[in-house]
Amino acid sequence: MADAVIARHETGGAGGGVHAVVNTVVRFSPLLLLCALWEFLGLSGLVSQQMLPGLGEIAQAFFRMLFEGNLLYNTMRSISRAAAGLGSAVIVGILTGLLMASFRPVRLLVNPIVQIFYPMPKSALIPVVMIWLGLGDSSKILLIFLGCLLPVIVGTYNGARGVNPFLLWSAASLGASRSAVLREVVLPAAMPDILSGCRSALAFSFILMVSSEFVIATDGVGYMISSLGDGGLYPAMFAAIFFVAAIGFAADRAYAALVRRVLRWREA
Amino acid sequence: MSDMAQARPLADAVKPGAPRQPWTISAKLVDTAVQVAVILALAAAWEFGARYGAINPFLLPPLSVVLERLWSDLISGVVPVDLGLTLYRALTGFLIGAALGITIGILMARSALVRWFFDPLISIGFPMPKIAFLPIFILWFDIYDTSKIIMVAFSCFYPIVSATYAGTSGLDKWPIWSARSFGARERDLLWEVYLPMAMPQILTGLQVALPVGMITTIVTEMLMGGRGIGGTMITAGRFADSVGVFAGILEIIILGFVVVKGLEMIRRRLLVWHPESQR
Repeated sequence: MADAVIARHETGGAGGGVHAVVNTVVRFSPLLLLCALWEFLGLSGLVSQQMLPGLGEIAQAFFRMLFEGNLLYNTMRSISRAAAGLGSAVIVGILTGLLMASFRPVRLLVNPIVQIFYPMPKSALIPVVMIWLGLGDSSKILLIFLGCLLPVIVGTYNGARGVNPFLLWSAASLGASRSAVLREVVLPAAMPDILSGCRSALAFSFILMVSSEFVIATDGVGYMISSLGDGGLYPAMFAAIFFVAAIGFAADRAYAALVRRVLRWREA
Repeated sequence: MSDMAQARPLADAVKPGAPRQPWTISAKLVDTAVQVAVILALAAAWEFGARYGAINPFLLPPLSVVLERLWSDLISGVVPVDLGLTLYRALTGFLIGAALGITIGILMARSALVRWFFDPLISIGFPMPKIAFLPIFILWFDIYDTSKIIMVAFSCFYPIVSATYAGTSGLDKWPIWSARSFGARERDLLWEVYLPMAMPQILTGLQVALPVGMITTIVTEMLMGGRGIGGTMITAGRFADSVGVFAGILEIIILGFVVVKGLEMIRRRLLVWHPESQR
């Protein structure tokens, strides 16, 4: 949905170089306005400096954490956990979804479980993984895995079930074996749905990564944010929060670019 | 398009000549029966596995023990208060996010100025993990309901506004022109044309936002403590009270199921006229 908003600008701004620069400035000027408002509120004393540290102060705190502190270390810890959980969820989820769409017994077995757990807010599992696996890495990886699994399964299953039956019949009549049909026809045809399921899984992985580290953790960027906040180091806390938000944004954009590449074969 | 709508499961499609008309109802019945049986079998495995030592009863207490706890908490009034608080925070935040999101989304589609202002904020804010901003809201609005509800509204706002904008900006021009030629004013157009035509997409946005709002509510409760399902569960977890944790999980499964299915029912009601309900 937000893609449409962005894509319109990317194609619309195809004028000359200067024109494109002006367009970009005009487009992002609301952000500058907000920054100016932020500074004004802080400097004018309408809002206390504690609540709204100056942007310069935040930037300073950010670079100090980046070069001298352990922002990068904690971020890498968080991201490696999210990647482990999300990666295994994608693999298991795609396989389960395909099997559910292809074999009725699997569908009857897995579908009720999916139906029950799909509407459950996955953050509720935080205390459960804490009881099962303690405070270390494995509990957060399991949480992210469980939280990302269902969107991938549902996306894959819907995509694989929605495949045009004529494609399946033609492949079968050309003598394709069942596994060849799955690999050569169903998987590519379901790819758009699989990829959009993975995109919600990516968003969930960030949400669960940060929130599990807020609640139970000994390191990671969420833990860092909450301990900076507890210690009253607000400029550094704001900097770390904006940094996580920027990483989440960058991951989503990178994923959208990847999807456009993978789905190039579809007519736009 | 109709091919897609009628697509059958792969298993049946590969074998042509499988189920015929008279059999479809009973096949559906068999499906339902098997699925109910699966749930019952899982519940039985949980109960007896934990009771007879196949599963460590601390890691997964027997279902009957969990249900007993749920029942006694229900009688003593703990569960209704927790459920009520969580539901109140989630729904209030969700409704605020929906009101703002739908209004701004429609305004964005109709006014270049509003679009100019909100477009970059939304295309940057949409993919961000909003939950990371929670400590900022705690700092600004303290740890009580205000900050929780604002946090929920903030995370629900983005999916709703972008769905509404997408739904109202790409409208077919013919219905609008014909409404105008029949003398409809702008206000009539909004209620009679824009909103109904965008309704499927707005509802999809709401359906994306509601689970996000629930997740956010639970996390805010866990982080700030106090009453509410999230707070009660994390306290139980910290005191290694695994029965309490699983009682909370059962509550939350039921709550999530009811809320999500409720929104689906509202969708079906609101879209009775729409082709998606007719198939």
